[in-house]
Amino acid sequence: MIDPIFLAEAAVNGVLLGGVLALLALGLNLIFGVIDIVWIAYVDLVMLCMYLVYFLVQVYGWPVWAGGLAAVALGAALGIAVHLLIISPILGSAPINQLLATGGLLFFLQSFATFLWTTDHRSVRLSLPSYDLGGIFLPLTRVIPFAISILALVALYLFLTRTFVGTAIRAVSQDREAMGLMGANPHRIYLVTSAVGGLMAGLAGALLIFLYSVHPFFGGQLGPLTFMICVLGGLGNMVGAFVASFIMSEIISIAGVLWSTEMGYVIAFVVFIVMIFVRPGGILARRG
Amino acid sequence: MRRALVPVLAALLALAPLVPMAGMKQYVLHVMIQILIWSFIGGAWSLMGRFGLVSLGHGAFLGLGAYATVLLWNFWAWSPWLGGAVAVVLTAILAAVVAYPCSRFQVVGHYFGLVTLAVGEVIRLLIIAERDWTGGSLGVSLKPVGSDSLWALQFADKRVFYYGALALWLAGLWVWHRVDRSMARSAMEAIGEDETAAASVGIHVTRFKIAITVLSAALTAVGGVAYAQYIAYVNPDTLAGIGVSLRIVFAVVLGGMYSLLGPAVGAALTIALSEWLRIAFGLKLIGMAETIYGFLLVVFIIFLPAGIVGSAGGLLRGGARYGPPHPPDARRAPA
Repeated sequence: MIDPIFLAEAAVNGVLLGGVLALLALGLNLIFGVIDIVWIAYVDLVMLCMYLVYFLVQVYGWPVWAGGLAAVALGAALGIAVHLLIISPILGSAPINQLLATGGLLFFLQSFATFLWTTDHRSVRLSLPSYDLGGIFLPLTRVIPFAISILALVALYLFLTRTFVGTAIRAVSQDREAMGLMGANPHRIYLVTSAVGGLMAGLAGALLIFLYSVHPFFGGQLGPLTFMICVLGGLGNMVGAFVASFIMSEIISIAGVLWSTEMGYVIAFVVFIVMIFVRPGGILARRG
Repeated sequence: MRRALVPVLAALLALAPLVPMAGMKQYVLHVMIQILIWSFIGGAWSLMGRFGLVSLGHGAFLGLGAYATVLLWNFWAWSPWLGGAVAVVLTAILAAVVAYPCSRFQVVGHYFGLVTLAVGEVIRLLIIAERDWTGGSLGVSLKPVGSDSLWALQFADKRVFYYGALALWLAGLWVWHRVDRSMARSAMEAIGEDETAAASVGIHVTRFKIAITVLSAALTAVGGVAYAQYIAYVNPDTLAGIGVSLRIVFAVVLGGMYSLLGPAVGAALTIALSEWLRIAFGLKLIGMAETIYGFLLVVFIIFLPAGIVGSAGGLLRGGARYGPPHPPDARRAPA
């Protein structure tokens, strides 16, 4: 029998991981909900930002905060680039083409990263103290990313609800035709959304590099999970995606301790498949 | 002329192994076998894809088919004929288990794509997790019998596989053609456009959707069996999961998913391209070949949205025959 303290520690780790996952999922969900396109390569953009932090901090000796800010800037720039170069030419195409265009981007980024940096795993390790709470270890290297994620999510929430542009973004995600009739320019909103989504990817990358090592196929590790969280939470439903992130991270974390990492993911995906049948509109959707 | 196209093509392909190609012969045959098998798999995918059932999880069916056959042979020495049949039945059951709730709960569009993607990942991760008998991410080799054997479906001569793959591909075209000419096609097109309207004129939506999904998955599993027998090695990353699922979809969409030869054109193009890039770069600049491949895929998707056969057909004929009758509106997701 497994010591309950391990389970408790797994649960705490799940919460800490859930914060960063929520950042990823909300960034993707924003794009998903507003532009109605699945960026299959979203987590591969995160991968690029992780590499940036690695090189700036580990190789060139930048302070951690400066590396993180650079990654956030890179993320936003990538978001804008992906939208202008790939998404906007095919906004009118069939959904499958839109999806495949970002799928091609996924192959491109993975291979290009392999070409530039080989398949070596790279990581940035900070030596920060750990706290011991009655046998449960709380390493600051996990607590700080969690805290920053939560702050960023609050900032995103305030941006979407308290600013004019944020309100416009939410309006487009509710009804894109009506927004056009109201005289708003959806293309500008799309661009802002892509930039904000990219920015979230950059921030997630800046935090993830301290938790995981980065390699060209990092996107395959968290990518599918991120899509699942978005759908589980309900497309465009920010609170739902937030809750779903923690559900998924808890499943992965606890099943990972009880069984194996792969089985943790398997169970999480099976839960996703079942949930989509039971609650197709997301976990927080009202039954209609 | 159109009627003659496939027989003429088949005859030309059948003669290919007789052409003297000096030292290149084995390699050319190898590439052509791959193209034929992946064309068949792409055709199987397009049976669903053309009706708006965009699956991103065909790797699950491919992987299940290939692994079940290989493992049954390695552990219990079941002939691939028998093991393959079992694998196809298992895959059909998996497809039905996925398709039934999907059609009952109207999971369409993005949602359908993501559910199937999850299924593909589940199969890939299960293969990796059960490493005691599947070999995990290292994959597993088919136990060799040492001599040519029809019972074990192992041959030293590539020509045997070549003709086998050719026959398989033609059989796939025949199935595609039968579906294209059947009532099911009209029914599925109606369902793809508007499920409620289709149901209101008496089309059994669930039955048709499950049937086409099971057919597509079962054929994909057959393709997986053929591929595993030919390569004699299976690996979770090349046969299951999101990577291979996307590659299948890419080939089909590039070729044109609404035409008979579209999947074949797409598979030939993507495989020839990646082989050519692989040889051009060799061991220098690791990753560069795949980088260019990914870049070209994006460019093709942006500039040839109807696929090569679709776009060419459109140019020649004003788009009358090719292309979807009406653009399938897969964007509508249940609220």
